[in-house]
Amino acid sequence: MNSLYYQKKLSRNIGDKFFTSLSVICALIAILPLIFLVTFILIKGGSQITPELFTLEPNPPGDDLDAGGINPALIGTLIISTIASIISIPVGVGGGIYLAEYSKGGSFSKFIRFGVNVLAGVPSIIAGVFIYALIVSSKILFGSMYSGLAGGMALSILMLPTVIKTTDEGLKLVPNELRYASLGVGASMYTTILKVTLPSAFRSIATGVVLGIARAAGETAPLIFTALFSYYYITGFGDLFYEMGSLAVLIYNFALEPYDAQNKLAWAASFILVLSILSVNIFSRILASITEKTKRV
Amino acid sequence: MEEKLTLFKNRKRFGIEKNIDIIFKNASLVLSSFVAIILLGIILVVFFQSFESFSRYGLKFLVTSDWNPVKDEYGAFTAIYGTLVTSFLSILITIPLGVGTAIFITEDFVPKVFREIIGSFVELLAAIPSVVLGLWAIFVMEPFFRAFFVFLHSFFGWIPLFSTEPTGRNSLLAILILVVMLLPIVTAIARDSLNQVPKKLRNAAYGIGASRWKTIFSVILPAALSGIMAGVLLALGRAMGETMAVTMIIGNSNAFSLSLLSPGYTISSMLANQFGEADGSQVSSLFYAAFVLMILSLVVNIFAQWLVKKFSLKY
Repeated sequence: MNSLYYQKKLSRNIGDKFFTSLSVICALIAILPLIFLVTFILIKGGSQITPELFTLEPNPPGDDLDAGGINPALIGTLIISTIASIISIPVGVGGGIYLAEYSKGGSFSKFIRFGVNVLAGVPSIIAGVFIYALIVSSKILFGSMYSGLAGGMALSILMLPTVIKTTDEGLKLVPNELRYASLGVGASMYTTILKVTLPSAFRSIATGVVLGIARAAGETAPLIFTALFSYYYITGFGDLFYEMGSLAVLIYNFALEPYDAQNKLAWAASFILVLSILSVNIFSRILASITEKTKRV
Repeated sequence: MEEKLTLFKNRKRFGIEKNIDIIFKNASLVLSSFVAIILLGIILVVFFQSFESFSRYGLKFLVTSDWNPVKDEYGAFTAIYGTLVTSFLSILITIPLGVGTAIFITEDFVPKVFREIIGSFVELLAAIPSVVLGLWAIFVMEPFFRAFFVFLHSFFGWIPLFSTEPTGRNSLLAILILVVMLLPIVTAIARDSLNQVPKKLRNAAYGIGASRWKTIFSVILPAALSGIMAGVLLALGRAMGETMAVTMIIGNSNAFSLSLLSPGYTISSMLANQFGEADGSQVSSLFYAAFVLMILSLVVNIFAQWLVKKFSLKY
């Protein structure tokens, strides 16, 4: 009879308890850093937020107690990510369209899909090294060396695999019936893609692309020797061809300064960067769960 | 009758429309081949830029650790060693933590809501830029662990790995921040592959009287192993190429030391530190180091993809 009751002292039950608590500990350790990180960024960064932060130039490191603001870096991050998007979204969406709509699973599309995965695994600093060799040191862009344009190109290399993958996978989820219906009423292939399949996959592609942009905005390694850094306001179109600051590089440079004022500015910049990246992530997550729910109904 | 015929008269498409269709297809073909062009371009450009250094130092570059721009002597042994040690040790710590967390999320120890919250928390950790992790490591983690490192040195100083006096930034801190970065990757992929294991297997194991953890260890984990392994390899590739957080906390010293408590170097931190102001043969040597890093991460990545294809779930 005893064997039908739960016995605490059986070795299998003790072992189960042990491993269960072990996995609980693992989960706790895994979320602990995030909690510490977010609280420190909120406290240390959030306390530095002032209106001047968004309007002033950063002061060059020195003994000044006032480090200034992050306006050029903020605008620079926006510009550089926009350049990266302008390059990588058309190329990535176009490439994804070919993979999902035209290719018939042949060796070419297999090779490209393999290449996408490999490119996604290339270290981000290698993208910077590549653009340095191709554009910065060759001065191919009208004689300018370090420039915001070069930085945007380096980031676009990192965004490209994400965009292609999300387009490819988003289009694959579109039911074939839609394509048959469109082709059946006499639409040509490109009309079908542009008017039927792309619009119905739009939301999933857009989510993926936005997440890709959010990731690229936080990338530093490809920028430190392509866009470099600048302390000055961005005033016009011509500034694209000169050194350009960005939030990520500002955090890197100022975190390593020995002065307290600069360190504080780095925390403030992290606050803004993390807050915007996390809100994009959370927002897209909520959006995805809403679409999932409506689909089920 | 006459009317019907006119309806079908224009069956053929206009020439323009046909051309647009063909152009659209070929344009998308060209755009998709951009990936291959960029990938080949990266490999070729980095290789040719490193050629000068490669022909001068050959494979000796990989085993010597002089880095002296004045005397024009270059060797990247310290950096290569640092890359391998930090990435392998960090992945070794991450595997049990990440897989344990993934098991916690996929089993029903706590209500689903909590598990989903923990799951999305871990995923959000992956979205935090590495430069912010580096900042956090400098100002929060380093002071936090300082006493622990002193303890490590005073009690385990006889082990070569802990043989130097801890002074601020060091390789062990770089390993710890890498663990924080890799955890979300390994956890997410392990969770997905655990979720893909069919329920039938679990029920069968329970049915013949296996306990929960017997089932996990003997049935579920082996079934999900290939996916987990692929995730681990992807994370390893990330660890090798990770630049910012490591550069900010590793201390950046080219002096070779076995001890993890002394400042170290990795290939990517060497690139981040020196590329901006390098000239002459130093640039070529840096490209050579970048080429080594690229080959390392390519090999790991391609192996991971091969693993996924070869051992993808058969259920």
